[in-house]
Amino acid sequence: MDFKYILLMRHELLLLLVALIILMVDLFTSDKKKFRLIKFSLLLFTIATLVGFIPVKPGVLFGGAFQGNALTDFFKDILNVAVLIVFLQSDGYLKKIENTGKTGEFFVLIILTLLGMDFMVSSGDFLTFFIGLETASIPVAGLVAFDRFKSRSAEAGVKLILLSALSSGVLLFGISLIYGATGSIYFSDIAKHVTASPLIILGFIFFLSGMGFKISLVPFHLWTADVYEGAPINITAYLSVVSKGAAVFILTIILYKVFKNVTDLWETSLYVLAVLTMTVGNLFALRQDNIKRFLAFSSIAQAGFIMVGIMGTGSLGMTSVVYFILIYVFTNLGAFGVASAISSASGVETISGYNGLYSTNPRLSLIMMLALFSLAGIPPIAGFFGKFFLFTSAGSQGYFILILIGVLNATISLYYYLGVVKAMFINKSDTPIPYFRSSNFMRLSLLLCVAGLFSIGFIGGIFEYIMSISHLLF
Amino acid sequence: MNFLNLFVAVPVLTIIGILFTKDLKGARLVSAVGMGIQLALAVFLVFFYFSIRGAGNLHEMILTADYHWYPSLNIHYFIGVDGIAVAMIALTAIVIFAGVFASWQMEFLSREFFISLILLATGVFGFFISLDLFTMFLFYELAVIPMYLLIGIWGSGPKEASAMKLTLMLMGGSALLLVGILGIYFNSAPNGGAYTFNILQIAKVHIPIAAQRFFFPLTFVGFGVLGALFPLHTWSPSGHASAPTAVSMLHAGVLMKLGAYGCFRVAIFLMPEAATQMAWIFIILTSISVVYGALGAIMQKDLKFINAYSSVSHVGLILFALLMMNKIAMDGAILQMISHGLMTALFFALIGMIYGRTHTRDIREMGGLMKVIPFLAVMYMVAGFASLGLPGFSGFVAEMTIFVGAFQHSDLFHRVASVVVVSSIVITAVYILRVVGIILLGPVKNKAHLELKDASWHEKLSTATLLVAIVGIGVLPLWLSDTIMGSLHPIMERLVAYLH
Repeated sequence: MDFKYILLMRHELLLLLVALIILMVDLFTSDKKKFRLIKFSLLLFTIATLVGFIPVKPGVLFGGAFQGNALTDFFKDILNVAVLIVFLQSDGYLKKIENTGKTGEFFVLIILTLLGMDFMVSSGDFLTFFIGLETASIPVAGLVAFDRFKSRSAEAGVKLILLSALSSGVLLFGISLIYGATGSIYFSDIAKHVTASPLIILGFIFFLSGMGFKISLVPFHLWTADVYEGAPINITAYLSVVSKGAAVFILTIILYKVFKNVTDLWETSLYVLAVLTMTVGNLFALRQDNIKRFLAFSSIAQAGFIMVGIMGTGSLGMTSVVYFILIYVFTNLGAFGVASAISSASGVETISGYNGLYSTNPRLSLIMMLALFSLAGIPPIAGFFGKFFLFTSAGSQGYFILILIGVLNATISLYYYLGVVKAMFINKSDTPIPYFRSSNFMRLSLLLCVAGLFSIGFIGGIFEYIMSISHLLF
Repeated sequence: MNFLNLFVAVPVLTIIGILFTKDLKGARLVSAVGMGIQLALAVFLVFFYFSIRGAGNLHEMILTADYHWYPSLNIHYFIGVDGIAVAMIALTAIVIFAGVFASWQMEFLSREFFISLILLATGVFGFFISLDLFTMFLFYELAVIPMYLLIGIWGSGPKEASAMKLTLMLMGGSALLLVGILGIYFNSAPNGGAYTFNILQIAKVHIPIAAQRFFFPLTFVGFGVLGALFPLHTWSPSGHASAPTAVSMLHAGVLMKLGAYGCFRVAIFLMPEAATQMAWIFIILTSISVVYGALGAIMQKDLKFINAYSSVSHVGLILFALLMMNKIAMDGAILQMISHGLMTALFFALIGMIYGRTHTRDIREMGGLMKVIPFLAVMYMVAGFASLGLPGFSGFVAEMTIFVGAFQHSDLFHRVASVVVVSSIVITAVYILRVVGIILLGPVKNKAHLELKDASWHEKLSTATLLVAIVGIGVLPLWLSDTIMGSLHPIMERLVAYLH
């Protein structure tokens, strides 16, 4: 094996290495000392994350099946950072007495799904893409069912694996139709032969439906709320940020590159999906009291906003999507981090349970408020910039009615985000959650999120950097 | 480093300063010092503006500074001021300074209160110095959101519902606005070249009329919501009534003007053709605002509601004057922005102080206050006279100018609208004098009120600051009027060039 291969695939190989080391060490650690594994795994993963930032020359492997360049590297780095934050936030959860024997599995499973996503991000043909997608999907079911003594968690795991298998089938069927019509599985070859023929349209619809499941676009979203609610909160965070982000990224690439000739077709479909997703996600989020279900529907609505950005096509579309996902990582993980800290300290997972939180835990309340304002797109927090550029991207193609629907939805979303703020700051409670001190890892992760929320928007250079590399994949 | 940046930097530093304080005493001291510096800066800015104009600098905008922010989208942090912006900054500085002293006794979560209040002011100052639509929009939204917490936490009455209603309606307005400014952006280079958010550059190009027709109403209504444009004014009475004193002052005094300023600086200035074509729709709506607001004020029994409806009426008059699209009426509109900003802030400050003593705002439960709290009562009377346009106060100058401008249109539609709007003067007199008569004059209705103490030093300082400015404008209107006229000149030239 050439050294060049190793460098191009450094993210993937490092993850594999980390996963294998953790697995080995886990074998030789007695159950009583498993908690030490947390620090060890965090250390290894941090090193892997840092190494990922070292720039490497772009290149293509395996005849075009795997491509590495600044854009894929940047996106993998985002995913790595996101997973690192999730790991930091899982400290409290893993130290719970019922989870002590499962520390190794937790890290290994997540790292393996991340490995799948990295392959998916770098894929240059439908085969690598599909293998990556499946590698990323199957271990997730195990993670969702991680609370093995809770029936909701097990139920969610079964639901996820069944629906995930179904959607993969639909997706694969779509890919096979496209292969049948064009005679190739390579993105660049297919792109040349794509026309608006009935077979391709049918294949595209199946493909988009399959991806719709993964990203939980309406009307393919029905699994989301149940799975998000049943899964442990850190896994919910992981699903809503990392899984979704990676799937959105590769969907954008495939739409822009493979289906370039039928842009009208996919823009029409996406238009409808975006409107449905934003509206339905928002309307359902209005009535939730469970914080996980609430964030689940909010993340469905956010996916709708991303679809609006994809409509922009070209460099601006790609940039706005990647930039939004970058911000979304810090935003959503900030919100989930607070929810997770509260959940592991007091077991409260309802919004009404947050009443009067500011009087006892002011810092956590403030971080939650910042994250929610970022989700709602309020300046000067990063989410404002992310959303603004998504809309700008759609505006570049003249979709002003879609933007109007989008911004009105953003206003509706403000209602339920403010509902949580109201619970924490305005509502009084006789029995508020008592003051608690979260673990140092949790504090570090929240600090990272807050730093991201405040800085990303003001540093124009980040957006400019993404802009400069955004054309690399299509 | 540009001098104007200080107007954003000082509030931000003040907020950071408050973070290091422990209690009410520290927080209010830091706020007072910070906003005192801000007021001094504003006064300095006014004199600097006169001296630079006197020295023959005829640039449309002075003190401009341009920083690249997102070069690939041509988004800049571009700031600069003309006479109008200088006047608005001075207004904001006066009102926030008075507002800090009006909240001197804010015991509950005092640090958080002052932080939110000054964050609100930061947004307003930033809005008035920016000349880039993106920066402007950012500051605009920044000014809206602290309102929710300020009303929701420190408000009175049905505060949660009022806060939610206000925030959602204003954010809905800003949603329309976002579409509007994106529309302007993507039509800012009809002849090729890079799109821009820069207001001065957009003003030089001709946005296609079809686009103007679509984006003008969005932009105008988007800003208009904040200016309480009928029928989107419903947030104003409940919001102002529930808000704590300083927030009502700042909101009615400055934020509503921010809406009107946006209508003027963005909607009308950048899309003049659509503005002329569609003016009739908005003239009808604003005429309704003016009369309906005034009639609403007559019917109310709560002091804050009376003043909130009166604000709807007065700000409606500003929008009406802007839509007259001539120099005199626009001059009047901007005078009215300043004048009403000061007046209504004074009103809300006084209502807050009276309420703090009597614990009621219902006019039926008060009477003869002139005997027990003469300082506040006289102040209230003066504010009332200013509001109904008595010569010698700022209100007279502004309204007179507006009506002179409005009557320059000789066609039937404008004439009828003008006459309808002028009738509001009478209605205004009715509701002002009615309140003055009921609560200030006559015998003391409630014996418990005999024990009330008159204004304390910080209340006197707060109201006196506002009063000095009101009388100042009333006695020396030409100072302000000249500043505005000078800055209106290039704007009107451009409008006239497009219109004919």
